[in-house]
Amino acid sequence: MKHLIDIKDLTVEEIDELIKVAKDIMQFPDNYTEKCKHKKLATLFFEPSTRTRLSFETAMLDLGGNVIGFSEASSSSASKGESVSDTIRIVGGYADIIAMRHPKEGAPLVASLKSTVPIINAGDGGHNHPTQTLTDLLTISCEKNRLDNLTIGLCGDLKFGRTVHSLITAMVRYKNIKFVLISPDELKIPEYIKENILEKNNIEYIETNSLEEHIGELDILYMTRVQKERFFNEEDYVRLKDYYILDKNKLEKAREDLSILHPLPRVNEISTEVDDDPRACYFKQARNGKFIRMALILKLLNIGGNK
Amino acid sequence: MNIDSIRNGIVIDHIQARKGIEIYNALNLGELDCSVAIITNAKSKKMGRKDIIKIDKKIDLDLDILGYLDSNITINIIQENERVEKYHVELPKEIVNIVKCKNPRCITSVENELPQVFVLTDKEKKAYRCKYCETLKEE
Repeated sequence: MKHLIDIKDLTVEEIDELIKVAKDIMQFPDNYTEKCKHKKLATLFFEPSTRTRLSFETAMLDLGGNVIGFSEASSSSASKGESVSDTIRIVGGYADIIAMRHPKEGAPLVASLKSTVPIINAGDGGHNHPTQTLTDLLTISCEKNRLDNLTIGLCGDLKFGRTVHSLITAMVRYKNIKFVLISPDELKIPEYIKENILEKNNIEYIETNSLEEHIGELDILYMTRVQKERFFNEEDYVRLKDYYILDKNKLEKAREDLSILHPLPRVNEISTEVDDDPRACYFKQARNGKFIRMALILKLLNIGGNK
Repeated sequence: MNIDSIRNGIVIDHIQARKGIEIYNALNLGELDCSVAIITNAKSKKMGRKDIIKIDKKIDLDLDILGYLDSNITINIIQENERVEKYHVELPKEIVNIVKCKNPRCITSVENELPQVFVLTDKEKKAYRCKYCETLKEE
C-alpha cells in the first residue's frame, strides 16, 4: 500500500503518470465519473483549510465516490485527547482512503505507520504539502508542456514558504532547471535547502532582492505570500509583507510566455490588475489541484486511469 | 596504573578522552552485576589521550548508542584471556529514544508515547533529522 506523505515519496515516473492521468481527466471528465463508485474518502482536517478540503472532496465526488470527515479538530475526538494513530485506525475501518491535514509536523507520517488504508498528507504545519506541489507541477506542465529546461523565479517568503521548498525539491530532478531566488534578506531561502538540494544536485541558482532586474529571464514566476503567522514580531511582518507587489508596470519587462503561479491565497503580492493578463495562471492552478488530486486518489486506490 | 585484565568480557577501547563516563551511563553499565572499570585519560599513541571501559562479562552492547556517541571506538571481545574478536562501530542509520526533538511544532511534542526517532541524513556532517518533522538534531 502506498501513501503520499512527502513529494519525494513519488518517483519522477510516477509524477509523470499522475500528470498524464490528470490531463486525461481534464479532457475526458465523463470517463471518470464512476471510477470510485462505492469508495469513500475521509477528509480529516485537524486544522481548517477550506480550499484544500473542498478540492479533495470535489475530486472524490467527481470520481463518483463519497466523502466523510471533519473540518476542524474541535469536531473530532482529538479534542478529547485521542492520538492520531487511534483516530486513523478507527477511520480506516470506515473509509477507503484518507486525506489528512494536521497542525503538527509529521502527524500524517505517524498516521501512515498505523493505517490500513492509503494516507494523503494534505498539509502538516509548515512542513509538507505534497498535493500543492503536484498541483504546481501539473500547472507548469500544462502551461509549458514540459518540466525541464526552465528558468523559475521564486519570489517572496522563501524562508518559511513550504510550497517553495517542496517545489525546489521536486524540480531539481528534471534537466536544466535554473532558479532565481527573489526575496528580502530576512526571508532568504534556508542554507540547508541550498546545500542539501540545490548544490548537491548542481543546480544553477542566483539569489537577489530585485524582481524587476530578473523578471525578463523567467519562464515561470512563482509568487508567495508573506505569512503573518510565521512572525513573532508584528513590526517585521508589516515591513516585509508588501516588499514585492507584482503589477502591470513590472510585467512590462517580462516575457510574453511567462507563466505566473501562486499557491493562493494572496494578499497584496499580486495586484488584481494582473488577474486579466494572459500570463496569470494562479486561478487555473487552483482548479488544476482538483484534477491532480483525482489522479492521485485513483493511483493510491489502484484504480487505473484510461491512459 | 594497573587494572586487572579480564578473562571473559568486553573492552571498549579508543573512546574519546573524558567521554567514558557518558558511555558508561548511556549503556547502563552501573546496573551490571560484574566488575566494570573505566579508565580515563589514558595515554594513546593513536589519540594522545583516550578512555577505556572494561566489562568483566560478555553482554549485548547497544551498538547504535555507542556508534552515535563515539563512532571511532573499538570493541574487543575477550575469551579465556585472548582477544577473539575486534570490530569498529558505525554511525547508526537511525537512533531511537536517545535524543528528543525540540521542535515545538513536531507531532512528538504532543503525542508523548511516540518513539523519538532520528535518521542519519548526512554521514560526513553526522547530521541527524527527526523522522517526523525533519528538524535537525541540535548539538
